[in-house]
Amino acid sequence: MSGRPITEDDLHAFLDGHLDEARRAAVAAYLAAHPAVAARIGQYGLQRGELRAAFDAVADEPVPSRLNLLHLAAPRSRPALAWRNLAAGLVLVIMSGAGGWFLHDWMLPPAKGVAALAREASDNYSVFANDRLHPVEMRTEDMKSFVAWAGAYLPRIPAIPDLAPAGYRLMGGRIVATSHGPGIMLMYDDDRGTRLVLLSRPMAVDQNRRMMAHSQNGVESWSWATGGMGYSLVGTVPAERLHPLADDIRRQVTVPS
Amino acid sequence: MDDLIAQVQPMIPALRRYARGLLRDPAAADDAVQDCLERVVAHWHRRRNRNARSWVFAILHNVAVNQLRQCARRGILLPVEDAGEDALASRPMQEDPLIRRDIFAALACLPEEQHSVILLVSVEDMTYAEAAEVLGVPVGTVMSRLSRGRERLRSILDHPDMSDKRSRSHLRSIT
Repeated sequence: MSGRPITEDDLHAFLDGHLDEARRAAVAAYLAAHPAVAARIGQYGLQRGELRAAFDAVADEPVPSRLNLLHLAAPRSRPALAWRNLAAGLVLVIMSGAGGWFLHDWMLPPAKGVAALAREASDNYSVFANDRLHPVEMRTEDMKSFVAWAGAYLPRIPAIPDLAPAGYRLMGGRIVATSHGPGIMLMYDDDRGTRLVLLSRPMAVDQNRRMMAHSQNGVESWSWATGGMGYSLVGTVPAERLHPLADDIRRQVTVPS
Repeated sequence: MDDLIAQVQPMIPALRRYARGLLRDPAAADDAVQDCLERVVAHWHRRRNRNARSWVFAILHNVAVNQLRQCARRGILLPVEDAGEDALASRPMQEDPLIRRDIFAALACLPEEQHSVILLVSVEDMTYAEAAEVLGVPVGTVMSRLSRGRERLRSILDHPDMSDKRSRSHLRSIT
């Protein structure tokens, strides 16, 4: 027998089959010489067998389909979007015969100026306005530090418009990335939870531009530029209801010259 | 992603078994497994070189234990002796249902920490090092929980007349 005393750990490892051959033999010899300990370990062994018999039945059950890893690992598809794509596809098919050349221009992503701003604003709306947990990074009460922080990104911080008369409260804001540099996103909501997003960023093209409407995947926007800053107000409310709000914001942010 | 499917898919029956052993209620156990698998899918790329089995079991263990604690706090779970047979997991309907029920009931009397070590070692056949990794404790702690748990289980099964001990539900002991 080896010089190492048999420990309680050895007895369990013996039972669980985790000992090397030499140690296993030593424990077996010890158990042969100590029937009371051997009886106890024997009972642990019975326990083990019973537990396995009891629980193996669970492992034999067919795996419910909600635990199918193939489903869980599949990217979530958004049914609404799928329908919209399908509808867009149909429109394209129907119109491509008659007015393909026209669509060609229309489908190209607007790359510059206020049109680009409108797209960026709609994209940001789609991401953040649907976020229930952290739609904004800084809340209304932190607006002072938000403005200071935004100052690190933008040469000029526009006034923060007040839409309370129209029933919209400021929720807060965040700095967002656009394909034309950093922008400020402000978010507002009304009592029914309708959210509006106002994106503003400096404009290289279209430094001053009258207001134009844009519609993208059911998201409406009104965009314009004044004094080198571009603004885009976005929401899922009808364009004609969004327009007066955009006018009001334009009045508030335009520096009287 | 293929790697994920290949490695995790075969573990699912064992994950369900472990969750059932800890939570007893089949629906709650499958909820825990689903929650675990969602986390596994989301964090698979972050698992580094860890043994996939103990990594996945560790996630499941944490989900299940949180669920136990929340239930205990809300006081929804019954002590095992008050629960109807339906609540006692799916009693595996094998030759000797009486013995089976005994072992479930006895297991439920153990504190959660001994309960989980016994399931990992005796049922899931993990090495002590793997069990330690799942539970986030040193191997020595696994050994002492295993030895105390097995002894406790033996004395409960040996002396069913001491079943008043069962009023000390493991659910209460972890609050």
